[in-house]
Amino acid sequence: MNNLIKGEKHDWEMVIGLEIHAQVKSNSKLFSSSSTKFGSSPNSQVSLVDAAMPGMLPVINKYCVEQAVKTGVGLNAKINNYSVFDRKNYFYADLPQGYQISQYKYPIVGEGKVTIDFKDGTSKDIRIVRLHLEQDAGKSLHDQNPSKTYVDLNRSGVALMEIVSEPDIRTPDEAGMYISKIRSILMYLDTCDGNMQEGSLRADVNISVRKPGDEYGTRCEIKNLNSIKFIKQAINYEAKRQIEILESGGSIEQNTMLFNTSTGKTRPMRNKEEAHDYRYFPDPDLLPLEISKEEIVKIKSSIPELPDELKNKFIETYKLSNYDASVLTAEKQTSDYFNETINSDSELKNHAKIVVNWITSELFSLLNKNNQDLNNSPVSPENLGQLIKLISTNEISGKIAKDVLGDMFSSGKTARQIVDEKGLQQVTDQGEITKVIDEVIAENPKMVEQYLAGKDKLLGFFVGQVMKLTKGKANPKMLNDILKQKLNKKN
Amino acid sequence: MSKSSLKQTLKDLDTKKISIRELNQDYLKRIKENENLNIFIHFSEENVLKQIDNLEKDNSEKKLKGIPIAIKDLFCTKSMPTTAASKILENFNPTYESFVTQKLLDEGSIFVGKTNLDEFAMGSATNTSFFGNTINPLSQENEPLAPGGSSGGSAAAVAADLCLGATGTDTGGSIRQPASFCGVVGIKPTYGLCSRWGIAAFASSLDQAGIFSHNVEDASILLQSIAGFDQRDSTSAKVDIPNYFENLDDDLNGKTVGIPKEYSIDGTPMEISQIWEDAIKVLEKKGVKIKNISLPHTKYALPTYYIIAPAEASSNLARYDGVKYGFRSDEIDSLDEMYENTRAQGFGREVKRRILIGTYVLSAGYYDAYYLKAQKVRKLIADDFNKAFKECDFIVTPTAPSAAFPLNEKQNDPIKMYLNDVFTVPASLAGLPGISIPFGKDKNNLPLGIQILGKHFDEQQVFNAAVSLERSYE
Repeated sequence: MNNLIKGEKHDWEMVIGLEIHAQVKSNSKLFSSSSTKFGSSPNSQVSLVDAAMPGMLPVINKYCVEQAVKTGVGLNAKINNYSVFDRKNYFYADLPQGYQISQYKYPIVGEGKVTIDFKDGTSKDIRIVRLHLEQDAGKSLHDQNPSKTYVDLNRSGVALMEIVSEPDIRTPDEAGMYISKIRSILMYLDTCDGNMQEGSLRADVNISVRKPGDEYGTRCEIKNLNSIKFIKQAINYEAKRQIEILESGGSIEQNTMLFNTSTGKTRPMRNKEEAHDYRYFPDPDLLPLEISKEEIVKIKSSIPELPDELKNKFIETYKLSNYDASVLTAEKQTSDYFNETINSDSELKNHAKIVVNWITSELFSLLNKNNQDLNNSPVSPENLGQLIKLISTNEISGKIAKDVLGDMFSSGKTARQIVDEKGLQQVTDQGEITKVIDEVIAENPKMVEQYLAGKDKLLGFFVGQVMKLTKGKANPKMLNDILKQKLNKKN
Repeated sequence: MSKSSLKQTLKDLDTKKISIRELNQDYLKRIKENENLNIFIHFSEENVLKQIDNLEKDNSEKKLKGIPIAIKDLFCTKSMPTTAASKILENFNPTYESFVTQKLLDEGSIFVGKTNLDEFAMGSATNTSFFGNTINPLSQENEPLAPGGSSGGSAAAVAADLCLGATGTDTGGSIRQPASFCGVVGIKPTYGLCSRWGIAAFASSLDQAGIFSHNVEDASILLQSIAGFDQRDSTSAKVDIPNYFENLDDDLNGKTVGIPKEYSIDGTPMEISQIWEDAIKVLEKKGVKIKNISLPHTKYALPTYYIIAPAEASSNLARYDGVKYGFRSDEIDSLDEMYENTRAQGFGREVKRRILIGTYVLSAGYYDAYYLKAQKVRKLIADDFNKAFKECDFIVTPTAPSAAFPLNEKQNDPIKMYLNDVFTVPASLAGLPGISIPFGKDKNNLPLGIQILGKHFDEQQVFNAAVSLERSYE
């Protein structure tokens, strides 16, 4: 695969690393018992600790720690028995303590890796450097008043996992696939809700460019991107910007950038003089976090099947392609749906590829069109299974099945009900089909003549006519066979 | 009524020899008579009378029912403002009650007021308070003396008999040194014995609440009341709290006392060395084995302390930014200006000095040389004590290198001021319990203190040694 981009003078390669901030799925905050519910009225979920009142102290939420360990296991990473919370000191209006509690030198999770799968069947490992726990800040609201800024502390203290990758990513697509994969794993684990629109998953992108084979170039960091689309746009813009500078003889200044989603451009967030010295030091209000081997084993045993395991299982059990299996397992709801569908009837196991197609193309397109989610699909897995069974046993044709699915989607009826009510069963009676074919041949002597004269394409015309008369119910294979037989007899 | 003890007062209340109202009115009277000493930041007679009313209606048995207690104004209290002696928290009214003060309220004690301190507990003379100096009640009229610090108001309140006990906090000596200066008993328990929840933080890894009282018995009663595990403080210890008072035992026969040679410092006044020797002699007579010990890293304790404490303070005090509560400057044109002006106008000189020191030692490029090294030395100092305590049951030293000094003597020399903590800081760094008891006087008839240090959570041994020395001195 060619990952290079053409500059005016050379080919260039992007070197990309991601820092993903994933909100821990937990009812309460990392160091306080306040609720984490999204969308509540401003400052309604703020405890004395969250507001940093004098004398208030943080107490670690054990559930968030378990969630981080779980995530570490899901990322094939080393879990550290000993980790330390540090204070990252800086002033901002929505940072009530004047520091963020984070993990600096000793994170809770060490090196790991995730695998991304390409359409062509190949795959690639992206290495994880670390995962650490930290507090989110509050939110500054600049648009409520022309001369004032308001602060909403609902988010202040919410637990985040920062997942840092090695600079193993080489293209915007890989970056997109990587974050999708991380999102998928977190959602399987139920450690993050994966909702990028609500900010539950955001990423900082580190990017540099180099001539292939050269050392890494100087990187810039693009902060706080909350959609895969923006991540790709930002990378493309920033790479182009850096290449232009380098090709015109300039050099890249290491900088923190912001991405403007309406212009599609990046710009520096602060200049060097404003660079922070965060003065990290261990938080003296908290003891080091120690997790015993037993606890880790216990957490490991509670972990569900993850996408990669499931993918391999699907490939083995159902002889699916790597790509089909990875599409099925990308989201937990999809693999769950597939599992329920294929297990709804023992026959369906032999038609796995058909089941995949009906879910990922027919059902998905209906859901998309109607702006609905697989979780609330009007067509249940059992009902889809029944529909596929009707196809596989030749009771209805694939073409009719599409209409039936549409009907199921809007009416909520089962495939059986619709087929029975509308009399859509395929005609598989040889005599009945032959009768109709004879009729069509008799009514179209000219066409028969032309066909026999070598116009093979006209076969389709006859098929169409028969289908029309049988309302599409004639078994296509039988129709084809008998039709050819009859016409050739004329010869 | 001359200074009566808490123990005696509890008896008198029990036998109805005196009522809660009579008792407290007596203290109220003295508080009003001593207003010139500037002991209280907050005092409201009305508030005290209200508490008396409530207790009179309360029929339940309570251990400290009606006992007048003074609270250092670093503990957050619902019924009174909490300022930390800083302009930045002027008029701050907490909606919550600190763990320690809640315990005292639960026991039925009466809060007579909030006592003065060095701003955010940073100082050794109670002369950095935004609300002015506190004057040591033992001062002669022509020469006002410092009460020590930072808990100078609480020490002075006990010394002037304005209460039967007071709370303090000790980060590097802030209970023991003022106790010594004011001639009262002051105990700083083991780090983690009393929850820090609700105490405005100075240096989290060192701050510890404790007690001032007229005598050791009273201190043992009060400490038991404020000790205990609190799940809201991650550094709070899960240990059983003994009944210190019931267990008091002044028989030290067979015990071993450690005398650290490093505490003989050149330039220590003769009188201090003398009371130290006197104390050792008394102990020897009581059958205590005298063991000369060495705490070799003692000389590094002060510099270590003055790196770690300011480092933590620089971060702990970042929350006072004018955004959420407390003082905010009027001169604001930008967010940065709000921080700059609020903090420049809201904090006093000593607090600013320590924030600057702390910010410096944590800065990129200096962290390893200062903060990290200080942490390593702190470990060595703690190891010194651990080793020493294998050979002795408790350690005896002077509390402070001098008696109370004139109010403005060391105002402009921070280093001289910091030297006040030379005997108290090592135990703070090691998290050990320490008590100061009055033991002898200097040539001006000012009290001098002896410090007794114990093993972690061995407050009982500290009390036993202290009560034994106290009884022999009386």
